[in-house]
Amino acid sequence: MSFILTAVIMFLFWILLSGEFGFILIASAIISCLFVSYLSHDLLIGKANVRLGLIRIFRFIKYLPWLMWQIVLSNIDLVKRTLHPKMPISPTIFSFKNELRTEMGMVALANSITLTPGTITVDVNEDEFIIHAVALELAEGLMEGEMQRRIKAIEGEEDV
Amino acid sequence: MDIIRTIISGILIATGCFLIVVAAIGVVRFPDFYTRMHPAGKGDTLGQGLVLTGLMVYEGFDLISVKLLIIIIFIFIANPTATHALAKAAYVAGVKPWVKDKGEGK
Repeated sequence: MSFILTAVIMFLFWILLSGEFGFILIASAIISCLFVSYLSHDLLIGKANVRLGLIRIFRFIKYLPWLMWQIVLSNIDLVKRTLHPKMPISPTIFSFKNELRTEMGMVALANSITLTPGTITVDVNEDEFIIHAVALELAEGLMEGEMQRRIKAIEGEEDV
Repeated sequence: MDIIRTIISGILIATGCFLIVVAAIGVVRFPDFYTRMHPAGKGDTLGQGLVLTGLMVYEGFDLISVKLLIIIIFIFIANPTATHALAKAAYVAGVKPWVKDKGEGK
């Protein structure tokens, strides 16, 4: 199962990158896709639950517009703070509790925190996220935990 | 039609360039390592994203714009990850964050 899926994904990606349909190209595509999938099909998909994975990807796509808006806000904030003559910053390091269960959820939350207003992820472990914020009031926004709630909704109630 | 597309892509590319310039200024102006990571991580990500989106609009929908979209997705994953890796390295090595009213940190 994972072998076929890996081969199909790789073949589609090959066509996307090459965009040509000559006989030699397609033949070498099939051969190399099968060979690479044979070597590494347990890496890309492995024992993961494909159906649950697709549900999560779908939920993640619904999360993207909100994330994009936060990125825009964060850049406006950054431009203001950078070009302001007095530079209104008051950096702090703080931490909050990690309530996520999956590794992908932690990666998504850590990257989202880095992209949203005034905060970057410094360290992640099982218990907590350690965050550096460029100003105190921005740290409070993150402490309310809206982003973590959204990522938890993507993870859903299903087992890992 | 063509002129509208050119104008839109021009606006997107100009905004992206502005953000990248501001990010560069920010890296110079901010006081310490951690605060410098902020403009490097955020300004670059959206700046490059906007420049590439502008090029996508200019190119129209074909294979090249799909490739540009793949590059954008890659940057949006890789750039915050790199920022995080640098910040974590500094944190583990014990770099003290700069705090306001207490002068320079080390």
